[in-house]
Amino acid sequence: MRASTTPPMRAGLIRASLRRPGFAAALIHRLSGLALALFLPMHFIALGTALQGADRLESFLGLTQNGFVRTAEWGLVCALAVHMALGLRVLAIEWLRYRERTALVVSGCLATAFAVGLLFLLSGA
Amino acid sequence: MSPLLYLAQRGTAAILAVTVAVHLGTILYAVRGGLTAGEILGRTHGNLAFLAFYAVFVLAAAIHAPIGLRSILREWTGWRGRSLDLSMIAFSALLAGLGLRAALAVYWA
Amino acid sequence: MTVPVDHAVGQGVTEALRVRVRRGDAVAEYVVPRRANQTVLDVVTEIQRDQDPTLAYRFACRVGMCGSCGMTVNGRPRWTCRTRVAAVAPDGMLSLEPLRNLPVVKDLAVDMEPFFEKWRRAHGYFEPGENPPDDFATVEPDSPARQEVDAGIECINCGVCYAACDVVTWNPDYLGPAALNRAWTLVNDVRDQDRDGRLAAVAGDAGCHSCHSHMSCTEHCPKGLSPTFSIAGLKRETGKAALRRFWRRG
Repeated sequence: MRASTTPPMRAGLIRASLRRPGFAAALIHRLSGLALALFLPMHFIALGTALQGADRLESFLGLTQNGFVRTAEWGLVCALAVHMALGLRVLAIEWLRYRERTALVVSGCLATAFAVGLLFLLSGA
Repeated sequence: MSPLLYLAQRGTAAILAVTVAVHLGTILYAVRGGLTAGEILGRTHGNLAFLAFYAVFVLAAAIHAPIGLRSILREWTGWRGRSLDLSMIAFSALLAGLGLRAALAVYWA
Repeated sequence: MTVPVDHAVGQGVTEALRVRVRRGDAVAEYVVPRRANQTVLDVVTEIQRDQDPTLAYRFACRVGMCGSCGMTVNGRPRWTCRTRVAAVAPDGMLSLEPLRNLPVVKDLAVDMEPFFEKWRRAHGYFEPGENPPDDFATVEPDSPARQEVDAGIECINCGVCYAACDVVTWNPDYLGPAALNRAWTLVNDVRDQDRDGRLAAVAGDAGCHSCHSHMSCTEHCPKGLSPTFSIAGLKRETGKAALRRFWRRG
């Protein structure tokens, strides 16, 4: 058969990587950590408004009662829970010699984190 | 990332495991039926235990986050070297400063 | 070569295999008849011998012992001699690319020199020291150190883990799973005299501390090794060594 030139193929390895539990865990861990790191200064500034009295903090919190911010809050609670759960998995692999080759623990971490997120919603947030 | 920096990150991770668990528990408890500033401050005002807890929490996070951010920046952007390290130290100082200020704010308010 | 069959070899299997091969910046397409028990190596060899003699690729033993035939098959790095076409291309489509993370020599052949250069940088070689003992060392097979070594010693430097590793792609200095795995087996070798030097070599941004436990290496290793856990061991040992130095100085 004669060779024909077609545009270069997509790197299939990237698509394949996303299906590996270890890679999914590392990616979610990294993105949740990034979100938390970016959120933290804003969180500290918001709480710092209490220096000007409880009313100042209250009026600031009033600004955050819209749907967009409340969704972001839920997202951050989930991010915190999932970052911690996946982080504990890393600590177990590195320091407790935990040897796991399946997706079981990763799924467990994600499930626990979303359970925390659900509890947050159910608590009337 | 040196062995000591790695140990600092993993060590603060262990500390944060405890403080985050407490923080998440507190959040889930506190947001029941909505949350007001008065409720938050009522809990934290004059409470030395909360102040100490938040101080530890803030300092651990101020060490943990920049080290992690450094890895992300090194691997996903082209940034590396002295300027990156100094920026991460600055970010650490920012987090510690703003965080301790916030902890004191809810203690004093 | 396997005997050609004149009928479909299974349920829903097409008669012909469409093979897309990355050749530099271009992609070449070939059609190869399906045969019973065909491996990807059989396919590449058939293309090169019967259809296009200019196609470059590597193999040697063809029985899963040497690790020479590694390439990216349908997105995953594998040994082509141990990859059945029926297992990876049930729909009759096969795509072949050279191993990731290594410079391409031509078509499907890559330059392994950077891989071996990192092996040396990680001190992936035994150091007998100034006065090697006259007699054999006694190493109990069930000692913890020997068991750590056994878990990682079968590496044949095929480069599949190196190709699978995303951190190698993101951080060109990263020594990679194979080099670090070998360093770990040597750290656990009671006869070796370069423990401190090796631990220093595998620490830092280029070393074990950049592993984020994606476990792609462990997932893809054709010998079933787990570089992830070897690297975790290196993190523990370099950490302990740093604490000891810190303690002694302070």
